[in-house]
This record gives sequence, structure tokens and C-alpha cells, in this order.
Amino acid sequence: MASSISITVDVDGVSYTDDVEPRLLLVQYLRERLGKTGTLIGCDTTNCGACTVHLDGVSVKSCTMFAVQADGHTVTTIEGMAQNGKLSPLQEAFHQCHALQCGFCTPGMIMQSASLLAENPHPTEDEIRDGLEGNLCRCTGYQNIVAAVKSVADGVEYGDSGVSATIEDTRTGALS
Amino acid sequence: MTTTTEAAGTGRAEVGKARLRKEDNHLITGRSRFTDNMVLPGMLHLALVRSPYAHARITAIDVSEALASPGVITVLTGADVAGEQGSLPNAWPITPDQKAPAHPAIAVDEVAFAGEVVACIVGRTAAAARDAVELVDVSYDELPVVLDLEEAATDAVLAHTSLESNRSATWVFDSGEAGTGKPIADALAGAEVLIERTFHQQRLIPAFMEPRSTVVDPTGEQIIMWSATQVPHILRLMLALTLGIPESKVRVIAPDVGGGFGGKLQVTPEEIITVLAARHTGKPCKYTETRSESLQAAHHGRAQVQRLRLSATREGIVTGLDVNLLADMGAYLGLVTSGVPILGAFMFNSIYKFPAYRFECTNVFTNKAWTDAYRGAGRPEATFAIERLMDELAVELGMDPLELREKNWIKHEEFPFTTVCGLEYDSGNYEAATAKALELFDYDGLRAEQAQRRAANDPVQLGIGISTFTEMCGLAPSRVLGALSYGAGGWEHAQVRVLPTGNIEVVTGSSAHGQGHETAWSQLVADKLGVPFENVEVLHGDTQISQRGLDTYGSRSLVVGGMAVLAAADKVIDKAKVVAAHLMEASEDDIEFSAGAFTVKGTDRSTSLGEIALATFAAHNLPDGFEPNLDSDATFDPVSFSFPHGTHLAAMEVDTETGAVHIRKYVCVDDIGVVVNPLIVEGQVHGGLAQGIAQALYEEAVYDDAGTLVTGSFVDYLVPSAPDLPHYITGRTETPSTTNQLGAKGVGEAGTIASTPAIVNGVLDAVRHLGVKDILMPCSPSRVWRALEEAKTAGTNTTGGVQ
Ligand code: FES
Ligand code: FES
Repeated sequence: MASSISITVDVDGVSYTDDVEPRLLLVQYLRERLGKTGTLIGCDTTNCGACTVHLDGVSVKSCTMFAVQADGHTVTTIEGMAQNGKLSPLQEAFHQCHALQCGFCTPGMIMQSASLLAENPHPTEDEIRDGLEGNLCRCTGYQNIVAAVKSVADGVEYGDSGVSATIEDTRTGALS
Repeated sequence: MTTTTEAAGTGRAEVGKARLRKEDNHLITGRSRFTDNMVLPGMLHLALVRSPYAHARITAIDVSEALASPGVITVLTGADVAGEQGSLPNAWPITPDQKAPAHPAIAVDEVAFAGEVVACIVGRTAAAARDAVELVDVSYDELPVVLDLEEAATDAVLAHTSLESNRSATWVFDSGEAGTGKPIADALAGAEVLIERTFHQQRLIPAFMEPRSTVVDPTGEQIIMWSATQVPHILRLMLALTLGIPESKVRVIAPDVGGGFGGKLQVTPEEIITVLAARHTGKPCKYTETRSESLQAAHHGRAQVQRLRLSATREGIVTGLDVNLLADMGAYLGLVTSGVPILGAFMFNSIYKFPAYRFECTNVFTNKAWTDAYRGAGRPEATFAIERLMDELAVELGMDPLELREKNWIKHEEFPFTTVCGLEYDSGNYEAATAKALELFDYDGLRAEQAQRRAANDPVQLGIGISTFTEMCGLAPSRVLGALSYGAGGWEHAQVRVLPTGNIEVVTGSSAHGQGHETAWSQLVADKLGVPFENVEVLHGDTQISQRGLDTYGSRSLVVGGMAVLAAADKVIDKAKVVAAHLMEASEDDIEFSAGAFTVKGTDRSTSLGEIALATFAAHNLPDGFEPNLDSDATFDPVSFSFPHGTHLAAMEVDTETGAVHIRKYVCVDDIGVVVNPLIVEGQVHGGLAQGIAQALYEEAVYDDAGTLVTGSFVDYLVPSAPDLPHYITGRTETPSTTNQLGAKGVGEAGTIASTPAIVNGVLDAVRHLGVKDILMPCSPSRVWRALEEAKTAGTNTTGGVQ
């Protein structure tokens, strides 16, 4: 086994220095060494997007990178998205639009959506779908995920009634 | 919103409301509890050595090099555990003479599909275990493989050397013999029109997003298993039976489970192996599959060849249906493998009044991964066949396909209706669902556009696909399952506990993996007991907490599990009434319960459920002989299935130059009876549609001639992503079920069942005038293009041109 390499990575606002094997994937480093199990592994071929995190603000599939490649960089995971106990707008929108069922794809979807909106703050429905192409969801059929991302782009503010206001919209087919 | 108004009108505050899910918070913030997140002190990790051959004899296994590899604790082979691993269970022997090979978790001397486990490495880390997989030296003698279903049925090559035939069992239903209809032979002989077709249900892979994972802790008095399973209760029982451990010594926990779709309705070799490894090492062990292993070795679904004959009159009245199936079991029988086609047997007649029906299915072994339940299990296969046939009949008669369906379906006023299979459909309104679907779809407008495109010879043609359907939900009445030789009942259990604070704990035997039980059950109980939604806590998925249950599959959660919850809540009310009468010094008959309050009739004397809860907890002043506390249990076994139905319409654009298929518009109207949470229902419909559309257009498990899975990763197995799917337009009608208190029918499988035929009928409708008669699923661009080319050639031939 090749010897370990020391890396320093800022993850969700905390700086970590660790010795890692060169072959350790970033996702394994996050999950197994840092206990950040919010980032999930759904495939071994870089296809499902469950492991998506941000590297210096841009989405990457953390199963596609080695931990050593993150040395000196800033990583944000789903666990760093809520700030001071307040959900990020996308997290809130996923909840409000029922954009998750089993929730396994959800962290990756939220991270990818955030990156997508950072690049294109006012995407069309087609642009959102294209932007999520690398993230698979087996439960939702994507419609409510698209609606969630669109609602953030449109600046929808959600109250806390506990009852969805969006249900009628998704049923009649209007996304506006 | 309409549903809320209706709900308010019937005095229901919560049922019908689009409540946001209680389950979401931890999932959107990354505090999930999926099995692979679990870490236990001293935990060891497993990696499995799998057969590269589809059929071979194992002649020797040398593990010495693997054992010497750094970080390897032990290696287990089939021979090492032969005496203790049992045979994996098949709980549904469909006939008394059903044949099945023994199915050890680790193969002992023969492997029957590529991916079968031949050894298990136990390592200190996952990487150490995985590194040693290559070091296990297995010697194989290759055996002939049989992969094609029809070839397997001939027995020319045997999938198992231990069997004399590949035929596992043949199961027959004949309406003439059963006395539920006329003899099929008469119908076929007297047919004015006879449609004969063969359809192929390709092999699909459930492809839940969370790979299967199991952690077993053997260090306490009990063996505790966490597993990504849909069926913790069944799994516990089967572990006990398979491994000879008393049930009380096994506890199964299904924490967060990342999707199932039938794919996690199984007792897997991997789960058994993890228990064996934990017992051998005395340490907690974890196994998490890779995606490639999952695609290769978790069970597959569908895989049938359907030969059908449909007889009808010239006016379009169907007189009989004869179904002959070959069903691919793959290499082994899983938990309910053999019963899947039988579930379909009752759905080929769908929503129609067919007077004669015969169904015969032969279950056949091949050298492929075994098949078992996949979303809809048997019913999507049946619905596809009949809805394709109805379209073929319509074409034959030159009739509008909707008009043909209307002529044959059960009219609203004819319910309850006993079908040619002997099932009683309690309620339905196919007219209403279809009318609403047509309205949302703009049927006439799209038909006009279709005619224009045809006339203009547009390279992009438009087709309209129709599918109407019903399904059998709420598995199930136990005595019916018994009559079908299923090894268990179909009841569900629940407990409602009223805590001293007045808060409610609901324990359900139904185990969720994304369906939103916690939210829906809270709504049910909030209405029933008149407590706030927030004050209800729902517990599930742990056999120690939810002591009895039959878990989650077949859209049974609400219509069986939910009813059990309501029944338990009813008992709570009955008990509380006794105490209320005692405390208010009134007669029990004078106590009325409404919205959480017990009132003495005709007075203003009243006490709340919370006050009674505290009184029964303190137990200072209770009627003589009254047991303290208000907790109640109920087990619900429905009198019948429930039968949701609907009409789906798809407008399909087909590029005749490239074969590319595009869904221009998709409309579905589902009638699932009374809806508890429209938000959850909507999500279930969307997800179901995605899976049904995927069968029509994208997915297929493909093997090469040697029996190696070619679609062994998400690169080749095409689970659709967001741009592959349309924006669905959904609507509902509500015809309450009359066989349960709530009037609910079940929704989990509806979208999957109805969408596949709607899409394929639409694709064919777009190109039928060009001579295309059928296209195999999935209707990929290359298949569609080839079908168009072949039709062209055939067309030239008939006009005497190119030979
Ligand atoms: S786990 Fe990284 S893309 Fe699937
Ligand atoms: S919510 Fe289950 S995979 Fe997306």
C-alpha cells in the first residue's frame, strides 16, 4: 500500500488535517473519516449523483475525486447547507414541494441544484432538467424536484403552515 | 382547494389535506440513517467473491492467499458454512409439485448465474476485504448455459444439474372450470374476430437508489440486524427459520431505506452471509453492495413471454381471452418469485366484462439473476398485454380505441361486479376518470393534429396512446392468499398508545421506505382522536418496537396498515368512553365522543382524551376491573382487495427519420378512492409514471451469450434522468372503496401499471399507418427506426418491387 499523504481541507467551515491513502475517494474521506454521512454513495460509475458536494462552490461528484485532490480546497456538503439552524432556500423548497420520497438522492440533488442556480439564477424548466441530468432519482419522477428548483429561482417565499401551497399547481401542470 | 373543502364537509380536518411530510427534515439536512451510515465499535467489513460464470461446477477454492492478505480476518466458503446456512426461502409454492433447486447463500458446488456468491472475505476495513477478493482462487468447470426463456422451456439445456427440467410449475385458471365464466374453447371457436399476439416483457431491474446494505451485531444476547429492507418482520421470521435461531433472538431494524419498489422485498443471500460472518467472528459485520453488484445480483423483475388470443364480435364486444405465459424465474426462486405471475392472472381481464377467460403460466428457470416482485408485480405485465390487445382489436375493427374500451368496460351502475376471475370489484367509475382525462388531454385537438401530420407526411408523426386499468391493491385478505398457496397471511397490525400527556404514539407493522407513513398515519389519527397532527408520533421499521407486521409491498400500507391504525384508535375511544362515564358519573350509553372530547349527551359535562389519558395512567380512580392505560392493539385483515383504476393518455411524437421518441403530453386521471394526503399521492403517481415510462422507452437488463450482464452499470442500464421524462398532468376522481372504513384504495403502483401500455400504444399509433405492427420494449430509437425500415421493406415487397 502506498504511504499516506497529509491533506488539509475545509469542510463545512471547519479545517481538517488528515493523513490519507492516495486511493481514498473524497466521498469515503467525508463519510468514513469525518463522519459526514449526509453525502451518500449510490453507484460506482459516477452516474447517480448521490455523492454530489461543492468544491470551492462548484458541484462535483465526490466519488470521482480522490481526497488528496481536495487538499487546500473548500468543500461544502449537505450538512453545511443549513446555516444557524435555518434551512437553505433549496432545502426548504424540497420540503415544501414534496421533492423527495426516500430521500436517498436528495442531498446530491440539493447540492447540484444549488450549483445550477448559482450558474443560471433564472433557468427554464428544460434548463433545470438538463442541469440535473447527472443525478438520478428513482422515487419522484423528477417533477417535484424541478418545481422546487424553479420555485427558488422565482423567489417563492414559503410560510410555515405545514400544508403545501404548490399541490394545485403541480396537478394542473402549471409551473409558474 | 377542492379536497380540503370536501374534507371539511365530511367533518375531516386532516384527511384530504396536503400536509408537508414529517419525514423530510433529517433527509434534507444530511442527518439520514441509512444502513451504510452505521458504524459500530470493532465492526468488520465484508466483500463477496462472485462467480464470473453463468453456470459452472466449483471444483476447488483456494483461500490461502486471501487469508494472508493484510487486514483479512477470515474467509468463508460454501463448504465452511454448508451445515448452517440453510436454503433461502420461497414463501409461495404455487403448486404442490413445484420444483426448485436448493439455494444456499454461498454456493457450495454449483453456480447458476453470474454474480452468485462463492466466498465471503471478512476484513478489518472495506478496502482490505475488497483487495482480497481477487486473491481467492476458484476453479470452475463451465457448464452449458440456458438464457432464452423459450429455449429453457424446451429443456434442451438445464439451468441446474440437480433438476430434471427447467419447468418449476404450471398454474392454470379456467373460468369455465371455476364456474366464474364460460369455457374459453367455445369463445375462441365462435369468434367473429380473433386477435393473436405475442408480447415480451423485458427483464427490468428495480434499481432503488440506495444500494443494499446490512449490518449485523452479534455481540449482545440477541442478533441485531440493520438492513435496507422493505420487510423487517418477514426478514426476522425467515432469518429464524433459515438459520435455526429462535425468533426472539433476532431483531431486525429497517432504518432509513432508500427506495424498494419490490426490490427490497427479499431475504437476500447477502443478509444471511452477514449473519454468518458475524456469528463466525463474534464481531459486528457490515456488507454494502456496489452498484454493479446490485444490478447483477439483486433480484430482477418482469421477464415474461405472453402469448394471447382475444376473441370478439364484429361490433367489438370481447367474448374471451386466452393467456399463455412463460415466466422467467432466473436461477432461483426468491421469496415470492413464483407467485408474481399469479398476481397478474387476476388482472388480464382488467376493467372489462369478458365472459370467458383462461390463464396458464409456466415458471421456467434460466441462468440469470432470479426475478421477484418489481413495482406492480404481475399486474403491469397483465395490463400491458390487455391494453395492447384492445388497441390491436380496435385497429382490426377500424374503431376508435376509446370507443372499444367503453363498449367492454363495467359500467358505473353495475358495481359491485364479479369478474370472470371471481374477484368482486367493489366500486369504480371508469366513465368519470376517462371523461376527465379527455378534458385535460384535448383528445379531439390532438387527433386533428395527428391527421394533419399524416396528411402532410410530416417526418415527425404524432400518436395517441390510451390505457385504462384497474389493479388489485391491499395485499391482502389472508384467506385469499391462503387459497393461492401463499405462505403467510396479509393482515397488518397497529398499536395506538395514549401517553400521559395526551400525546399519541402509533406503532405500525407497515415499514416505510419513502411512502410517507409518518405523515399519513398522523393525519389519520389526528382526525380520529381529535388531537393535533403534531402530537402524533409514528414508530415503525424495528421488530422490537413494532412487534407484529407484514411490512410494505403491493400498495397495502394505507388500505391494510392504515385501517389497522384506525381500528386500534377505535378501541382507544371505546376504552376511554368507559372511563369518561365513570369520571363524569354517567351511563356509558350517554357518552359521546367528538373532536377529542367526551361529552355526556344533552349536558355540558365534558372531558378530554388527554384528561382521560392522565387518569388512566395515574389509575387512582378507575372503574372496577379497568386495566390502567389506554393503549390498544388491532390487527386488520380486509374482506377484499381494493381496486383503484384510471385512464392514462399519452401523446407521442416519433421522428420517422431517426426513430427518436418524444413524449409530447402525458395525462393521467387516477381514482384511488379517498385520499389522505394529496401531496404524497401526487408524488407516488409521478414516481410510478417514471418507472412505467422507463419500461416502455429505456430500461432492459441485457445479457450476452455467456450469461454476463451487459447492462451492469448505470452507464448501460438506463434509469431515466430528469430530461428524459415529461411534465405529467395529473387529475383525480374519487370513488370511495366500500370495503374499508376510510374508502381508500392504494396508489403506489398505479402510475407504473398504466403508463407502459399508454406509451407503447402511442408510439405504435404514430407509425402504424407506415406499416409498423409492433415494437419490442424498450422502444429505443434504434428499435423504432429498424421497425420503420422493416415496414418499408415489407411494403415494397408486397407491391412487387425489391425482392
Ligand atoms: S456515488 Fe458518485 S455518482 Fe454515484
Ligand atoms: S427520493 Fe428516492 S431516489 Fe430520489
